[in-house]
Amino acid sequence: MRRIISILMENEPGALSRVIGLFSQRGYNIDSLSVAPTEDTTLSRLTLTTYGDDLKIEQITKHLNKLIEVVKLVDLTEGAHIERELMLIKVKATGAQRAEVKRSVDIFRGQIVDVTSTVYTIQLTGASDKLDAFIGAIGEAQVLEVVRSGVSGISRGEKVLSL
Amino acid sequence: MEMLSGAEMVVRALQDEGVEYIFGYPGGSVLHIYDALFQQDKVNHILVRHEQAATHAADGYARATGKPGVVMVTSGPGATNAITGLATAFMDSIPMVVLSGQVRSDWIGDDAFQETDMIGVSRPVVKHSFMVRDAKDIPEIMKKAFYIATTGRPGPVLVDIPKDQTAPNVKNPYEYPKKVKMRSYAPVSRGHSGQIRKAVEELMKAKRPVIYAGGGVVQGEGSELLTKLAHRLNFPVTNTLMGLGGFPGTDPQNVGMLGMHGTYEANMTMHNSDVILAVGARLDDRVTNNVKKFCPGAKIIHIDIDPATISKNVMAHIPIVGPVDQVLEEMLAALDEHGGEPDQKALERWWEEIAGWRKVHGMRYETNEDGPMKPQQVVQALYKATNGDAYVTSDVGQHQMFAAQYYQYDKPRRWINSGGLGTMGFGLPAAMGVQFAFPDATVACVTGEGSIQMNIQELSTCLQYGLPVKIININNQALGMVRQWQDMQYGGRHSQSYMESLPDFVALAEAYGHVGMKVTKFEDLEGAMNEAFALKDRLVFMDIYVDPTEHVYPMQIADGSMRDMWLSKTERT
Repeated sequence: MRRIISILMENEPGALSRVIGLFSQRGYNIDSLSVAPTEDTTLSRLTLTTYGDDLKIEQITKHLNKLIEVVKLVDLTEGAHIERELMLIKVKATGAQRAEVKRSVDIFRGQIVDVTSTVYTIQLTGASDKLDAFIGAIGEAQVLEVVRSGVSGISRGEKVLSL
Repeated sequence: MEMLSGAEMVVRALQDEGVEYIFGYPGGSVLHIYDALFQQDKVNHILVRHEQAATHAADGYARATGKPGVVMVTSGPGATNAITGLATAFMDSIPMVVLSGQVRSDWIGDDAFQETDMIGVSRPVVKHSFMVRDAKDIPEIMKKAFYIATTGRPGPVLVDIPKDQTAPNVKNPYEYPKKVKMRSYAPVSRGHSGQIRKAVEELMKAKRPVIYAGGGVVQGEGSELLTKLAHRLNFPVTNTLMGLGGFPGTDPQNVGMLGMHGTYEANMTMHNSDVILAVGARLDDRVTNNVKKFCPGAKIIHIDIDPATISKNVMAHIPIVGPVDQVLEEMLAALDEHGGEPDQKALERWWEEIAGWRKVHGMRYETNEDGPMKPQQVVQALYKATNGDAYVTSDVGQHQMFAAQYYQYDKPRRWINSGGLGTMGFGLPAAMGVQFAFPDATVACVTGEGSIQMNIQELSTCLQYGLPVKIININNQALGMVRQWQDMQYGGRHSQSYMESLPDFVALAEAYGHVGMKVTKFEDLEGAMNEAFALKDRLVFMDIYVDPTEHVYPMQIADGSMRDMWLSKTERT
């Protein structure tokens, strides 16, 4: 099962490598990863997606918690949550396809952020499966380049992950 | 406030931590620190002959005393040589602080001479690590390093110190912090009382209980409480390899070590139990055999300080996260409060059953009057010669198992071995650390001709510091455990498991300035042992030739349950 684990950790050199190292060391997979400092510059927020059954996820969260620099973490998929990913995608846009691509961008509520005579560069945000669906709709043959930010997530409602 | 250089701060911090001994080896990037060490006499530096030995010596010191072991190595090869020792301590949860030199800050990343990314290289085998980026931080980093190493589930902590941060001409104010505050690290200090009461209820209902005690009982100072609990309940106790001495080896309630080379009765007791009280143990693969077949009828109560250990390999029915000593103390109080007693009739039947199992194998082995000595006989002779009261360190292999099986440890911290990582070369340097901690104690290093050669250069260190360690070299002229597996699983093809051109160990010991003895006949064994142990102030290297074909039994059958064992070369359960 796909899980989104959100981690607050000390914004210190080497902290990220410990998180990544833990995953490779114990044979867990990281599907996506995004990390940046928070409003409190001494803390970083790291969101990662991984796959595993309850037992495996329990082990992952326990081991993450043991890392000295990890302050707090939450498995967002345990409750209602919002997840977003940003994608920048360059697609072929020539002839009749220009209008067709533009229509798809509108349907998916993306934005064309750069244009040449043959290429559109599109920005799209949403849950990961929406981004997948967009690539499917355009057709992989049309895609020249994809950049995805990795998932960011946050709990719904009043629950917060903070100190 | 006092103004000190980074190097002086490191040394002062060691003094403020009450460090008696630091095991190390100098080199370019730690010269400032060595100069500061030279100008004081509170912290004694022990010069080893190889950095790996420094880590094992510090480890042995830590295991014997419960205090953190401290190591100093230089950058590059000095630091990488310490990796095996870090990994050894990490696997067995031993408190250790390793200070490694690093090239100067502005050279880091330039592939400078003797530069290694030690933080990176050591990452999977340390509890935590620090890089000194500003000399001003040294007091706080040192305080945190010792705090992290010794609290919660203990483990090794590395402090990497670039040379410029120790420069003698740069002084900063020094004040050693009294307390550590870390928002991201708060080890559990108490077990959950509700869980402890639930555990007591379960113990009261048990008809076929067993207490399975691991290294956490020794490391967590829980031996006395565990013994009290076991006596109070009249439950059988089995110790893991790491837990030997956590419950007295000669206590009638002790059914011996469990697991791969555990006793028949310990493994049978476990397999047939209905309640297992696992204390400071981690249910690792050398204990459980196939986890799917592990103790099918048992409810598992699991006490451990590390939440990640619980339900990692086997699901615990009643997990209790907390320090072993505190949890056991509260459990004893909860027993009083409960007021009930376990089912005595059921316990009586259970003990009868166990008595039957004790008779099945009884740790017997075949001896041959005209043939070569048996390694088991050597360990038994050692037990006798030391009145069962020595500190015994061991290397890794068959001799390690024999030393675990045939020497009865009645006190915690007396049996010192690399259980988790299984590090050959551990025994001699570990014995040095123990002997430094207890200069008047009898310290024996049980080893083999394979393992001893992995750190034999430390004979030189032993001479320098006058360490009267007794080396019991159980010499079977082969890598015995490898050979045993090759006998049992590879059709007797002894690929690379025999040693040709063994040195003359007696001459070698003498060349290093020690006493060497060679024993080849059983009838000479006892006399030789007594003679060796009578030499109180000399290191004696006893090279004892034993049967190269002997195997360690019982031995669990791979992928079976706990009760599936070979009892000898021809009998299996």
